[in-house]
Amino acid sequence: MAGDKPKEPKEPMNAPGPSPGKVRAGMGDVGAEAVEIYSDEDHARAIGLWSILTPDGKADPAQVPQVEPTGWLAMYRGMLLIRLLDERLMTLQRQGRVGFYAEARGQEATVIAPVAALEAGDWIVPSHREGGAALYRGLPLAAYVAQIFGNVHDIGKGRQMPVHPAAPRELRFLPISSCVATQLPQATGIAWAAKIKGDKTVVLAYLGEGATSAEDFHTGVNFAAVFRAPVVFVCVNNQWAVSTPAAAQSASETFAVKALAYGIPGVRVDGNDPFALYAATRQAAERARRGQGPTLIEAVTYRLGAHSSSDDPDRYRAPAEVETWAAREPLIRFQAWLKTAGVLDDAREAEMRADLSRDIRDAVAANEGQPPPPLRSLIEDVYLRPPRALEEQLADLQRVRAGLP
Amino acid sequence: MPEMNIIQAVNDALRIEMRRDPRVVVLGEDVGRFGGVFRATTGLYEEFGGERCIDTPLAESGIVGTAIGMALYGLRPVPEIQFADFIYPAYDQIVNELAKMRYRSGGQYPAPLVIRTPVGGGIKGGHYHSQSPEALFIHVPGLKVVIPSNPIDAKGLLLASIRDEDPVIFMEPKRVYRAARGDVPEGDYTIPIGEAKIVREGRQVTILAWGAMVHTCLEAAEKASTLDGRYDLEIIDLRTLLPFDVDAILTSVKKTGRVVIVHEAPRTCGFGAELAATIQERALLQLQAPILRVTGFDTPFPYTLEHEYLPDANRILDAVARVVNF
Repeated sequence: MAGDKPKEPKEPMNAPGPSPGKVRAGMGDVGAEAVEIYSDEDHARAIGLWSILTPDGKADPAQVPQVEPTGWLAMYRGMLLIRLLDERLMTLQRQGRVGFYAEARGQEATVIAPVAALEAGDWIVPSHREGGAALYRGLPLAAYVAQIFGNVHDIGKGRQMPVHPAAPRELRFLPISSCVATQLPQATGIAWAAKIKGDKTVVLAYLGEGATSAEDFHTGVNFAAVFRAPVVFVCVNNQWAVSTPAAAQSASETFAVKALAYGIPGVRVDGNDPFALYAATRQAAERARRGQGPTLIEAVTYRLGAHSSSDDPDRYRAPAEVETWAAREPLIRFQAWLKTAGVLDDAREAEMRADLSRDIRDAVAANEGQPPPPLRSLIEDVYLRPPRALEEQLADLQRVRAGLP
Repeated sequence: MPEMNIIQAVNDALRIEMRRDPRVVVLGEDVGRFGGVFRATTGLYEEFGGERCIDTPLAESGIVGTAIGMALYGLRPVPEIQFADFIYPAYDQIVNELAKMRYRSGGQYPAPLVIRTPVGGGIKGGHYHSQSPEALFIHVPGLKVVIPSNPIDAKGLLLASIRDEDPVIFMEPKRVYRAARGDVPEGDYTIPIGEAKIVREGRQVTILAWGAMVHTCLEAAEKASTLDGRYDLEIIDLRTLLPFDVDAILTSVKKTGRVVIVHEAPRTCGFGAELAATIQERALLQLQAPILRVTGFDTPFPYTLEHEYLPDANRILDAVARVVNF
């Protein structure tokens, strides 16, 4: 990654679909001339590595996206919150106070920068490690922590294991599923519905590199391409799907290059570079909003932590590899740039950390030891109204709890 | 009232609802220009255009998955799966996503939609155009499962399903798609989900059936009445399998004391097993004989011997004789 030459983004790929008077070769007319779907430049974007912010925190000012300094600071704060929150909750898990946890350490830029590049009304369809995106969108920290404890305050009513937050509907953040790639056709459907209704909504859909092997990656991306649905697919290539390395997941040149076969742009980006991620997402979202359809962005990053608190990565990867990637992690380089640019200084940084740590402590204190959701929530939300069979099943349990006959 | 078959009734319901509610869209393989392989969506593309009657690429998980997304955004999609035999690529989307969306989001993100799909055998379709997979969906909390047996119910239940706030698997008995005809009321009406219907009153044996098997049971009842009127059958068309109408079943069982359950699907863990368990839990002392099942075999659906596989009037009457003479 570090050796790759940064590549300037070119004009977006031609919109898919036959151009007037031409038939695409292979699409039904054996005599048709081949029509170029992607160019050499398009291919270069899909196999290159778009990078703006270097690992030591330097960037060409001409390439840095135009964002208010407070915007960069908010993104940094969002990334730092994920880091500190993950550290705290992993500690609680080790102490036996939390049942399970999965951290996003090293991937924080992929969680925040694409979301920051959206408009407020756009939808977020998360994969597995994007809980921090909901926080950035406005999910209260206490609600996130309540989900970890599965207590009475959890919006999802204690129904999912930790790290699967649900968000209020107005945040337009789908509840996380443990299934791989199932969210992708759904993201396409949301975008497609917005297009049918004439809204200018864009959908940001996350996936891991492992998800590109799953059926629903194909159906989700293909449907989006065919119907030019306004979706930005962000494939977070963190190199490991539990113990399966990226190279064992696909024989493609890159993950981004898969896009070209679907007739949509593929863009490979340094996933630890918030500037490149922001710029790539912004460009893809604007393209989608113009009606030119989806884009697949591959964000090349690294899962510095374990897959989850139940995982032991020392069994399948070398510590030296982790160390190499740790030197390229996003928070250090972003912080260096912010300080050089005069947006952040040591005092401000310390204050931010202290504030966030206090917020986390408060959120944990407010949620640990809280009662579980009410018994009745067991049968609620399966349907709009619990059917009689569920009422009877609950009544049975209540009778038993009242005392054996 | 115009006479219609089930396909015409389904088509009528879709047209009425698409005119009434701009959120309703139909999507699936060949449903647009072609009007569906069974013609259930005929004319919808012409009237509502390609954005509301959508020909999709050939992928069931894509059809259902995108329909879930559309429902999340506020549309009312009615995806068609061309044959229930091909629904399994979408099973993950249905079981893990559609059925759990409201629940796992704490009620924030319901996804109401109706998956229409033809089911059942007897049409020379072999394994892959004949299956009756209702039990695989009845076992999934969060879904409703509806299967009409005639055009009047098909129209009213489909309109009720599209207006329901929960996802519905709407199974259409393809063997009687054209054979089952009836005078269908014009315009808008609904039939409530969850209500069974007594299609033939009787005092001796309760027959529980749904879909095409309702017609086979009626044939058995006719045949029974010619046998010196020996058997007096009450036939209940369940119409909705989840949630099913426990009261209608128990009322009948308490009258007759004898039950025969008829379904095309394989016997083991078929929906008949659930019905039998429910009846013995609640009406054991009213029963005068064991509950018997007449079902398809525990085999894949056969091509040449399909009418040997399927329950017929004689097999039903044999079971009737056994519960009466127990």
